Amino acid sequence: MHDHLLSLLIWLPIAAGIVVLLLGERNIVAGRWLSLVASLVALALCVPLVRDFNTHTAAFQFVEKAAWIPRFHAYYALGVDGISMPLVVLTALMTIPVLIAGWQVITKRPAQYYAAFLIMEGLMIGVFSATDALLFYFFWEAMLIPMFLIIGIWGGPRRVYATIKFFLYTFLGSVFMLAALIYMYVKAGSYSIAAFQALPLTLTEQRWIFAAFLLAFAVKVPMWPVHTWLPDAHVEAPTGGSVILAAIMLKMGGYGFLRFSLPIVPDACRELDTLVITLSLIAVIYIGFVALVQQDMKKLIAYSSIAHMGFVTLGAFLVYAIVRSTGATQGAAMGMDGAMVQMISHGLISGALFLCVGVLYDRMHTRQIADYGGVINTMPVFAGFMVLFALANTGLPGTSGFVGEFLVILASFKASFWYSALAAVTLILGAGYTLWLVKRVVFGPVANDHVAKLSDVNGREFLILGVLALAVLALGVWPEPLLKIMEPSIQHLVSQAAATKIPV
Amino acid sequence: MPDTMMNLHSIAAAVPEIYLTAAICIVLLFEAFVGAKRPGATGTLTLLVLVVGAALTVAYADVAHRVVLFDGTYVADPLAYVLKLAGFLAVAVALLYSRAYLQNRDILKGEYYVLSLSALLGIFVLISANSLLTVYLGVELLALSVYAMVAFDRESGVAAEAAMKYFVLGAIASGMLLYGMSIVYGLTGTLNLDGIAVALSAPHNLGVILGLTFIVVAVAFKLGAVPFHMWLPDVYDGAPTSVTLFIGTAPKLGYFALALRLLAHGLAGVTVDWTAMLAPLAVLTLVVGNVVAIAQTNIKRMLAYSTISHVGFILLGFVAGTVNGYGAALYYTLVYVLMALGFFGVVILASRKGFEADKLEHYKGLYRRDPLLALAMAMLMFSTAGVPPFVGFWAKLRIIQALWETQHLWLVVTAVVMSVVGAFYYLRVVKLMYFDEAPESLPDTVRSFGVRFALGVNAAAVLVLGILPAPLLDLCARVIH
Repeated sequence: MHDHLLSLLIWLPIAAGIVVLLLGERNIVAGRWLSLVASLVALALCVPLVRDFNTHTAAFQFVEKAAWIPRFHAYYALGVDGISMPLVVLTALMTIPVLIAGWQVITKRPAQYYAAFLIMEGLMIGVFSATDALLFYFFWEAMLIPMFLIIGIWGGPRRVYATIKFFLYTFLGSVFMLAALIYMYVKAGSYSIAAFQALPLTLTEQRWIFAAFLLAFAVKVPMWPVHTWLPDAHVEAPTGGSVILAAIMLKMGGYGFLRFSLPIVPDACRELDTLVITLSLIAVIYIGFVALVQQDMKKLIAYSSIAHMGFVTLGAFLVYAIVRSTGATQGAAMGMDGAMVQMISHGLISGALFLCVGVLYDRMHTRQIADYGGVINTMPVFAGFMVLFALANTGLPGTSGFVGEFLVILASFKASFWYSALAAVTLILGAGYTLWLVKRVVFGPVANDHVAKLSDVNGREFLILGVLALAVLALGVWPEPLLKIMEPSIQHLVSQAAATKIPV
Repeated sequence: MPDTMMNLHSIAAAVPEIYLTAAICIVLLFEAFVGAKRPGATGTLTLLVLVVGAALTVAYADVAHRVVLFDGTYVADPLAYVLKLAGFLAVAVALLYSRAYLQNRDILKGEYYVLSLSALLGIFVLISANSLLTVYLGVELLALSVYAMVAFDRESGVAAEAAMKYFVLGAIASGMLLYGMSIVYGLTGTLNLDGIAVALSAPHNLGVILGLTFIVVAVAFKLGAVPFHMWLPDVYDGAPTSVTLFIGTAPKLGYFALALRLLAHGLAGVTVDWTAMLAPLAVLTLVVGNVVAIAQTNIKRMLAYSTISHVGFILLGFVAGTVNGYGAALYYTLVYVLMALGFFGVVILASRKGFEADKLEHYKGLYRRDPLLALAMAMLMFSTAGVPPFVGFWAKLRIIQALWETQHLWLVVTAVVMSVVGAFYYLRVVKLMYFDEAPESLPDTVRSFGVRFALGVNAAAVLVLGILPAPLLDLCARVIH
């Protein structure tokens, strides 16, 4: 089974999605259960993936390779390393709460809703496990279609505007990446990502390719100033769409920087790292302020996502500044470790926060902060969860949010005092906007009759929030296993990023 | 006599044209004696003719090497084989989709089928042309048949206007072509494309450039490249949708062959000159096609401008000026024909007696009214936009690859930016079908099983060829050397 584990992870959810689609809206009960079973099986398949993962090598594992387009030397090539494996598991994990959260809530074309998320799951795992650039791009773009439909069909009042904006923004970024990939194929004669990483490129070439990658990944992360699609998409998307967007799709941008930008064009990255770091710090600080003034809960969490993802790009690009100031790569791994942990942790926390908003929205049909207040009086259990996730979002020690931010700030100290000083502002801002949100929504006296009539979380909601809470705490208290899984791959990545590829 | 036997054997490669000519006569006679009493029988016969023709083509015209016949005026090669098979298929599918439409408008007449077949013959002549005369013969045969088809609905004023416009502008283009050819003939003293290829080997010759200019203009006109595209939206919009479906698909194969045989083969020696002319045309075509399509409210006009933008991509393949570029253009053309059959097919199936589904708003909430049709259209739209996992993605990839191989940085940038602009109006169609509510009073779509099945296969092909693109990509690369 290990020979085809990744293929199973990709195609099983897609096949299940197609079956659910064929079962149609009339057999929705069967379709729902089938979706849940398929997503649970996918998570179960991650057990051997984690258990049998060799933590002593940076090489790709669980590799599969089959001819796809022989003429272009493009292969159906899959494999995971310490960077992609945790993201595959995260994808498989986060799909389940999405499906459960929609259980009774989605009444409009539910079969299609479930099918879209299952197909998304397969495509997203494909993105993280493809080791062939063409296959990677294939999954990367194909994923836009279900997300486009999810926001467009099940979204809020301005869903059409939001979804078209989302699609065009990401499409625009991606096509430049495609052009860059094809350029490298013409030079390297292969679409294998490893071949691209080994391909010598002049500085001029690297600059162009860097720009193309930056466009693609910065839109996806999203980085300031190409972030404007995200608040719209999040506000309009249904709860499940927001969860997947925040928890997984944003990670693809970060993953792209780690898998493509740093190892393929290290010299351009070295030259332009200040640009990325500046944009990241703007995201952390400016977007933090923007989050403070939001009236809409989802929008606030969306801006908070942008700020937190700023830490990911910051951590990933610290390596050059560290080399410049200390003359060695020691400590650079810490920044990348931080970036990776931040990605996983943000996946869990932002997903959980969007689910919390979903719980409230299902009852009150409003996301305006002003419509709430004193929720703790009527929903004490829910309030407990929401406070926990909010604290995790602010980076409270003991939660996963602390680990990533701490590692990145620590690493940025080695690079420059100012980087760390500015990055640390997030500790204040993050606490500010998140706790203020909690204060206005959860605490205080019961604000109005609607809040007074709220009922606490049911078993279904308790289950998904509980599992995510456990994951957030576990990762916060004991991040060691995750760091150990990533260790060799991060070391390898640091050496790739620090090397030069300019032909002599 | 052995000599005759050998001759018969040697012209076997020309079976598609010979057969089609005979078949046209038979269909014409059949229509005269039987068809008038039983409308529709001619259509069935024509479909049969096309199926048999495809079978004969497989049996006889599948040549391993280039065969030149009839004193060098005719060429049969693997490329011609592939294009002719595609031609049979495209016309058969187009006629299959059109049947109910023609019936509903009382234009289900035998002549329609005869004209379709003679247009197809024109396409074939173009595909196999190896002399300037043959090229011209093919151009005119195709054009004259199509002019008549556009005006086929005699009651319709817009159709007559469209046909008139098409005819007048087409005649000018034909004149241009003829004039350009005459200059080339004057310079080389031969009509044979092989001979011209040998005689014209030095680029930047003023006389050749003069002749070339006229030829490029004519090719650009026929393909619908900007600024010679004005006829295309009017004709697509004014013609009955079944005719739009027809001229939007099979003739593209012929015009692709026209560009390939004339420019890439006959004028190969001056590739530098004509690629320099085509490059700005291609860019203009991409930009104008995509940008103007956004402003359209009529789906036929929108698809017409979309066609123009795709012509821009096909031209970019020629601009690369390499074997890979031509292969990419061939692949793009075949893929485009497949997709155009699908989306014009949807427009036809969404129309009923007395109702043309030609406005974008007619597609509002199509999902509610006809999920299958909406799904097919959505797949086709995503494919045309170039989004994986659909086949349109590979067509664009192939063109960009050919452009990179020849170091055309700015053409690559234009191509990718314009494909994003294009994505907008394709997405709008999906938006109308899936996100909007259906207005009350739209008639049902066509429910006939056979046609819907064919359309389903058509849409599925776009997906399957997208997931497993290797066979078709290989084929296109193999037949062009």
